[in-house]
Amino acid sequence: MAIFLTEASKVIVQGMTGSEGTKHTTRMLASGTSVVGGVNPRKAGTSVSFGDVDVPVFGSVSEAISATGADVSVIFVPPAHTRGAVVEAIEAGIPLVVIITEGVPVADTAEFFALAQEKGVRLIGPNCPGLISPGKSNVGIIPADITGPGRVGLVSKSGTLTYQMMYELRDFGFSTAIGIGGDPIIGTTHIDALAAFEADPDTEVIVMIGEIGGDAEERAAAYIAEHVTKPVVGYVAGFTAPEGKTMGHAGAIVSGSSGTAQAKKEALEAAGVKVGKTPSETAALARELLTQS
Amino acid sequence: MDLFEYQARDIFEKHGVPVLGGVVATTPDEARAGAEQLLGDTGGVVVVKAQVKVGGRGKAGGVKLARSADDAVEKATEILGMDIKGHTVHRVMIAAGAKIAQEFYFSLLLDRAERRYLAMCSVEGGMEIEELAVERPEALARVAVDPRVGIDQAKADEIVAAAGFPEKTTPEIAAKVADVLQKLWLVYRDEDATLVEVNPLVLTEDGEIVALDGKVTLDENAGFRHAEHAELEDAAAADPLEARAKEKDLNYVKLDGEVGIIGNGAGLVMSTLDVVAYAGEKHGGVKPANFLDIGGGASAEVMAAGLDIILTDPQVKSVFVNVFGGITACDAVANGIVAALEILGDEASKPLVVRLDGNNVVEGRQILADAGHPLVTLADTMDGGADKAAELANA
Repeated sequence: MAIFLTEASKVIVQGMTGSEGTKHTTRMLASGTSVVGGVNPRKAGTSVSFGDVDVPVFGSVSEAISATGADVSVIFVPPAHTRGAVVEAIEAGIPLVVIITEGVPVADTAEFFALAQEKGVRLIGPNCPGLISPGKSNVGIIPADITGPGRVGLVSKSGTLTYQMMYELRDFGFSTAIGIGGDPIIGTTHIDALAAFEADPDTEVIVMIGEIGGDAEERAAAYIAEHVTKPVVGYVAGFTAPEGKTMGHAGAIVSGSSGTAQAKKEALEAAGVKVGKTPSETAALARELLTQS
Repeated sequence: MDLFEYQARDIFEKHGVPVLGGVVATTPDEARAGAEQLLGDTGGVVVVKAQVKVGGRGKAGGVKLARSADDAVEKATEILGMDIKGHTVHRVMIAAGAKIAQEFYFSLLLDRAERRYLAMCSVEGGMEIEELAVERPEALARVAVDPRVGIDQAKADEIVAAAGFPEKTTPEIAAKVADVLQKLWLVYRDEDATLVEVNPLVLTEDGEIVALDGKVTLDENAGFRHAEHAELEDAAAADPLEARAKEKDLNYVKLDGEVGIIGNGAGLVMSTLDVVAYAGEKHGGVKPANFLDIGGGASAEVMAAGLDIILTDPQVKSVFVNVFGGITACDAVANGIVAALEILGDEASKPLVVRLDGNNVVEGRQILADAGHPLVTLADTMDGGADKAAELANA
């Protein structure tokens, strides 16, 4: 088991023929992901060669689904075309859409998120690195060679902190590591991932990485107190971030007294989560739990 | 991007939201011209309002009535150059005076938790909305807005009803407010705003509804479909280093500290700032000097541009380069650092601590070791690198 993504997942790539799409399709295939097609109306009927694998290109997501039985779409199209691509994937009825694109207008995300909810489609992202269930499948841009399968479930707003934490705990391995993205509106939240890890028999310890902005971590803390029985270790980035400045991620901003790292840390600790001051301290806390169990 | 009040006023007007006359002025002479123009229209009074992107300017003395053009010049002279909570006033808006019968509140914003929009509305305007929300939450109506529908007639009626307009004012006034709310939705939607706030929204003695003060935040991610928004940016207020970084497409935020920071990925860079700040506690209280995310690519050019910005900051005493090679290979980053130091030559004059991990880390470290640049120290871990950089900044 793992969450959201398993060895049975069949993945199509919207934007596969673009430079980012091509680069990451190559990497996804190399890490064992079952990539069954790409979508590009102008190149429908052709195929793209990735070493010894030929991946067919379809004219639409619907065609790709009927031909391949795909159940995951990963999106690598530029921001101006992201809304169209996501709406197409949702309307075609694919159950999981992973949006890697950074720089999507929040109004577009709000719109396609509302549609996804109505149709029962799970979105991950935008502005995220995707997710990996090591040894099973890898959708997005997370490097597959950091570590292998294991007992840790990881959910993070940040891509590189995901990699850093996978690296710190590489001797234990991960059930699934998921980067949910740093935008103000995202399709899958910390809470969604926590719920899925709680239900996943392969996950023994959960590591949750947050950052300044919004109150997702506070809400996750309340959720943990109520619903999560597995041990959770937390980390929050941005203690030194000044008020009113966007720190790289569109959603990473302290407004007035809200959204601070300190408030998030306190909320998590009040919910019984052990919170590390640094990534290495966080990893050490997780390590302690993993060697006990 | 937060707009000034006068910019919000202009955008409101463009979308048919009723506003009063307003003219922006950066000098007392311009204030005179503005006042003459508006007093010619209305007689009576004008209001000279400091244009700063911070609340509480009224209490700080940044909003004053003027009864003549001469008076407006005098008030503008007082207000221009004033410091309001750390913001210097570079411009004032000369606004037509309003005969206010009643004040209301309205805002429309992003609801990050529910992942839709939230309208907030009250018949009790004029006070700080945060105070109202705490002291009398029942007086502040909160109505969810579906991003795909927005504020149509039905939603506008729902909002004014929830705020109690029909009972507390009159059905006619409620209808007029509902009409204005639909126009404010156009501002939100058509300008790609993430916040539209009107405080106060007023009923004048003539029975008109007018947006007297507005706050608008625009979504910078939507810039590609709003070329005109680039002009709204307050280039003068930006930190000079931030402005230079922006020209080079670097994601840089200037902070007050001594350790320059370069990293890849927003989360890792934020985390690096924290780790350096903790390390600084042991080394004379040195702090991170900036946020700089060079992103996935980390080519020699980007590394050189980033180092150049950081080394120009006179406060910087040492630099910590913290890269986790995910997609980026560490050997490429190492080559980038070596090439950047060559490009910068003598300008590179401060010690550099480099921590590399991840993809091709052995090759990356080898490249830096072989180059043997006298300013570069290699660190094995993020914590170790932060400590070394803090120590060097305190030397």
